[in-house]
Amino acid sequence: MNSFLDSIGYNHWILPVLLLLPMAGALVIAALGMSAGKNADSKTPELRRIVLGIFTLEAVLSLGMWWSINVGSADWQASFAVPWIPAWGIQFSLGVDGIAMMLILLTTLLMPLAVLGGWTSIREKVHSYYALLMVLTTGMLGVFMALDLMLFFVMWELMLVPMYLIIGVWGGQRRLYASLKFFLYTMTGSMLMLVGIIYLGTQAADLAGHPSFAYDQILHNAQLSPVAQLWLFGAFALAFAVKVPMFPFHTWLPDAHVEAPTAGSVILAAIMLKMGTFGFLRYALPLFPSAAMDPTVRTLILTLAVVGIVYGALVALVQPDFKKLVAYSSVSHLGFVMLGIFSLTPQSVQGALMVNLSHGVSTGALFLMIGMIYERRHTRLIADYGGIAKVMPVFATLLTVVCLSSIGVPGTNGFIGEFLVLIGSFRSQPMYSVIAATAVIFAAAYLLWALQRIIYNPLTKPENERLQDLNWREIGLLIPLIAAIVWMGVYPAPVLEKTSAAANRLVTHVQQAGNMAGAGMMGEEIK
Amino acid sequence: MMNAQIPETGHPLADTVARFVWLLPLLPLLGFVVNGALALSAAAKIGPDDPSAGQDHHNAHDHAAGHDDHGHGHDDHHPARHKYAGIVSLVGPGVLLAAFGLAVAMFLAMRGVKMEEPFVLQLFRWMPVGDLKINAAFQLDQLSMVMVLIITGVGTLIHIFSVGYMQDDPGYPRYFAYLNLFVFFMLLLVLGANYPLMFVGWEGVGLCSYLLIGFWFSEEANANAGKKAFIVNRIGDFGFLVAMFLLFANVGTLDYAGMAEAAQKLPMGGTVITAICLFFFVGCTGKSAQIPLYVWLPDAMAGPTPVSALIHAATMVTAGVYLIARSSILFSMAPVASLTVALVGGLTALFAATIGLKQWDIKKVLAYSTVSQLGYMFVGVGVGAYTAGVFHLMTHAFFKALLFLGSGSVIFAMHRAYHATHNHDDAQDMRNMGGLKKFMPVTWALMWIATLAIAGIPPFAGFFSKDEILGTVFARANAGPLSTATLLGVPGHVVLLIVYVIGLASALLTAIYMTRMMIYTFHGPNRTGDAERAHLAEAPWIMTGPLVVLGVLSAFGGWLNLPELLPIGPIGTLEHWLEPVVGVATARMAGSGEHVAANTEWVLIGVAVAIAVIGMSVAFARLKPAALVQKSASPASEGFAKVLEHKYYVDELYDDAIVQPVKGISTTVLWKGVDAGIIDGLFVNGSAAVTRAMGWMGSQLQSGQVGTYAWVLVIGVLALLGAFTSSR
Amino acid sequence: MLAESLALSAALFAIGVVGVLTRRNAMIVFMCVELMLNAVNLSFVALSRLYGATGQVFVIFVMTVAAAEAAVGLAIVIAIFRHKQTVDLQNINLLRG
Repeated sequence: MNSFLDSIGYNHWILPVLLLLPMAGALVIAALGMSAGKNADSKTPELRRIVLGIFTLEAVLSLGMWWSINVGSADWQASFAVPWIPAWGIQFSLGVDGIAMMLILLTTLLMPLAVLGGWTSIREKVHSYYALLMVLTTGMLGVFMALDLMLFFVMWELMLVPMYLIIGVWGGQRRLYASLKFFLYTMTGSMLMLVGIIYLGTQAADLAGHPSFAYDQILHNAQLSPVAQLWLFGAFALAFAVKVPMFPFHTWLPDAHVEAPTAGSVILAAIMLKMGTFGFLRYALPLFPSAAMDPTVRTLILTLAVVGIVYGALVALVQPDFKKLVAYSSVSHLGFVMLGIFSLTPQSVQGALMVNLSHGVSTGALFLMIGMIYERRHTRLIADYGGIAKVMPVFATLLTVVCLSSIGVPGTNGFIGEFLVLIGSFRSQPMYSVIAATAVIFAAAYLLWALQRIIYNPLTKPENERLQDLNWREIGLLIPLIAAIVWMGVYPAPVLEKTSAAANRLVTHVQQAGNMAGAGMMGEEIK
Repeated sequence: MMNAQIPETGHPLADTVARFVWLLPLLPLLGFVVNGALALSAAAKIGPDDPSAGQDHHNAHDHAAGHDDHGHGHDDHHPARHKYAGIVSLVGPGVLLAAFGLAVAMFLAMRGVKMEEPFVLQLFRWMPVGDLKINAAFQLDQLSMVMVLIITGVGTLIHIFSVGYMQDDPGYPRYFAYLNLFVFFMLLLVLGANYPLMFVGWEGVGLCSYLLIGFWFSEEANANAGKKAFIVNRIGDFGFLVAMFLLFANVGTLDYAGMAEAAQKLPMGGTVITAICLFFFVGCTGKSAQIPLYVWLPDAMAGPTPVSALIHAATMVTAGVYLIARSSILFSMAPVASLTVALVGGLTALFAATIGLKQWDIKKVLAYSTVSQLGYMFVGVGVGAYTAGVFHLMTHAFFKALLFLGSGSVIFAMHRAYHATHNHDDAQDMRNMGGLKKFMPVTWALMWIATLAIAGIPPFAGFFSKDEILGTVFARANAGPLSTATLLGVPGHVVLLIVYVIGLASALLTAIYMTRMMIYTFHGPNRTGDAERAHLAEAPWIMTGPLVVLGVLSAFGGWLNLPELLPIGPIGTLEHWLEPVVGVATARMAGSGEHVAANTEWVLIGVAVAIAVIGMSVAFARLKPAALVQKSASPASEGFAKVLEHKYYVDELYDDAIVQPVKGISTTVLWKGVDAGIIDGLFVNGSAAVTRAMGWMGSQLQSGQVGTYAWVLVIGVLALLGAFTSSR
Repeated sequence: MLAESLALSAALFAIGVVGVLTRRNAMIVFMCVELMLNAVNLSFVALSRLYGATGQVFVIFVMTVAAAEAAVGLAIVIAIFRHKQTVDLQNINLLRG
């Protein structure tokens, strides 16, 4: 496989191609939509096939990265750079490490499924919808690929607009409130980050005074005092914490999830929430290690993470709306990621990455499945269901598997991540780890209770008696997710190996740099 | 995946059939896949391409759908066998039989070689992260061999029984799929070579238990019971997890191999080792239904009866005992933890036995009896009688499986009788039974064997195992590290004496409530009803066959580990067999004084037997089955009997003290208060409101009158000019 | 000569300001604004005698702007008149907040 990929120069073109393909697709679709004019929506079936084709092509192209990327190397892989705004030292430079690669694969592989999930539910302004979906893809991939802080920021903001429109135009009843809340929340967070980026760019200037926004330049050249690091860390952390979302910046999430159309929820949960934690891993921690290792900062973030874990689980327990329940469960899961990242042991960081991936798969699947019953019954309220395992056995079986994975039952992907995060964080932060571990109880409680009220219990509602089981399209799109759930639970070693080098580098870098600056303040905590 | 295996060369078992140990769990897993696929394909009706359109279409044919439902309801009344019943009946028990055969072959191979070190088969890397190296690996040693034989052996019998018991159920393949999956996880639990892998099995069996308890999920009570079992188990699993974290952080490994040496660096009886053991025990209280987490097990009787026999009596609930026996080296280093185990076990044994006295549901009696007997096992492993604990686990698997399957036969017969007469009375309530001896003589005889065994009447199996546990408690109270340790300020020998007395008291109660169950079910006049009586009959042979096998095992299972005092066969077979696994720990717990004098031992045996006999006689003398009336006509009980019948109101207590407050706080404080109130209301929407208010204030300056603007402009310019000129 | 010119300019400007502030007819206000502009023009021209031709260049600019402003402003006034049948400024408060 590797020699074949080498022979076609895969690593030289893959990143720009992955980035530009959806953008080009968006332009083509928009053009098609305009040329079709008023009766554009009648062309939906053909359009859906084109879109699915593009996303499938994207997914197939990206798969080569699994083999071609040398995850052990300390250099950026598949890097690509052209000048963009040379006067300001801004480059269009891309590159990945093991962590980014896994997240890119998650994105490209989930997108076709998200499209399939909304196959029949999007019926108006279809061209615009799909064009926005593609722009969104470019934005998300760009965040993972960017090696220039300005480019990163542009991509970060680029994701925002299509998602705002997707929620605001194709969403549920309170879509305007939700989309505005989503937009303002994230925008507020990221504005300070822009200030921070500009400051960093000037600090990394060369002798002639030309600023540089290249990641490596900033990492190695920017001389930051501990105080400056604290401020910058704060600016970046706010942007990322909103995106994660960390308690107490999470309240946009339930609204956005509930109102977004199926594909929107899937992308939001499975991919966009990963941006925040990715930001911490790629930017906030390595660039400002002494701030990240500062005991106060660390205590604050770990506390918020653990509060988020327990709080999200408890609030999820009492949600009457299934989508909201899953949204709060995301707050809980992402708390695990933050706990893992800031515990800074190899196990916990890799566990955090694993939680990221498995949350993407299982929560993505959950939202897809909610979309499936919503399409049939037009309600998300748990109380409106009950006993539907009798009429939808396939749905019930698959939903059970997905819920179990979200609960973190061993043998599914959910367990691996949580276990690694907890066992890793126990070594450096035992109290936080033990409190977080109580979430295994709450997770079982809220999901099993919901599961019982949806698929078990007597079938009392006459509307539910006529429910149709899943069709082949729906089964087909869930099967890859179920396969991933089982595979990552039973044999996660390949996935763990892809991210181990990058995670270890991060842990050593942050601890060393943090120690040098913090002058052994944390000595006993990091062995 | 399997090609990654690295057979451990040089081990005496490496070239024997034991290298196929991975086949053991794989067989039931295959059964699960086949049966599950059959179940799904039979149940599935693939929906239309466009779900919402299909829904509309269906609405239009409202009437037709209603008709379909009626047809389905009709099916329920005249059950036909499932269309895949044939192949499922072959595959389901077949894979178990094959696994049992394989296990026997491995057992013979193990007997053929001298083996000091366990045989570990590495399959593949599971979680390799930094210095945490967890492999998927199977460990075959004497302890796991015993467990595998029990699981596959008893499991096979129960699978065969299920073929008869579940024959009319529309979920027939689904049932066997779950049951096979359970056996897979159970084998994983006992064969895993490290704690995380055991945890996979540990949670996996919990999952299957959840699925099987809620097997008839259309009744809310069943679904509730399944959920309760899973969540309560998860509380225990939290303890298991923390124990593993502590172990990894302090000992640095999670593999059994090398655990003994690695653990030596911890101080004997220190805080860390005690904490590890106590957290492991929290896990055990969940899985093995001990105080305070026993509450799920009685509710678990909502599942089909063979499930109760397999999961909630013979195998899964004993996993905690296995865990402690497996970790014996750790527990022997922590006397305080061991004392706690013994004390909690003893208290559970007594507590559950008292509740068992007043239950009317035949399965509930057996459920509390199981909780009580599990308490006995924990007393055994708590005082360091690891062999005795495992021995009681084994004999209990025999006689309790027999009791449950026997009660299954009874319920089956009752159900058929009620079904034939369209009666909807409770087929499990003993007040509706009585005098069944006449109709089901085989079941009656076999269940009496099991009752004598559980009551501890010699020479039946339970006598030997129970006696060994009580004898060891007595011995440990006199000498050894446990007697010198203190638990919460109470000296160890006092604790152990209390446990001993509790053990005797529970033995008395056990004899009473078991005899009560037998009398009410099989003796006295029949209360089923006149029309129903004609339909009462013995279950088919596919169900009574397994009962006979279990009857033989319950009668003679004691011969597997005879005490030295009774040389009526080979002495201490099981003890010698398990010596390589638990020998070191047992010796450490025994300290110097291993043996009680033979005379004392004879007295102890005499007391135990006398108590059992007294209990049974009391039951025979005091209980009057003729005075009982049918459940529907029975008065509610009063006084302490009512408290017992309501299980000391523990469920209600937990609900009021924990479940409802959590829900209440989550709703009112966290969700409505913090989330919607403070964060969203005050900060998010609050900041929006402030912005809007400031905008409104600014807008009030805009009168829209050009004249006003001009005045403001001129005044402003003049003011500025004035300011500039004056400052000059 | 210069002083007189500037005095005249100031007087014209003051008349313009007073007109803008006191009159209610949009057309008159408009003309007063023009008056103010031309007052400024006058001072530019006068001052160019002292400081060179730059002032006269500015006058050209101002006249151009004034012409454009007149065109747009008159158009607006006409549009408002068509809409409201009045050019009384007190009746026009479309920009009220």
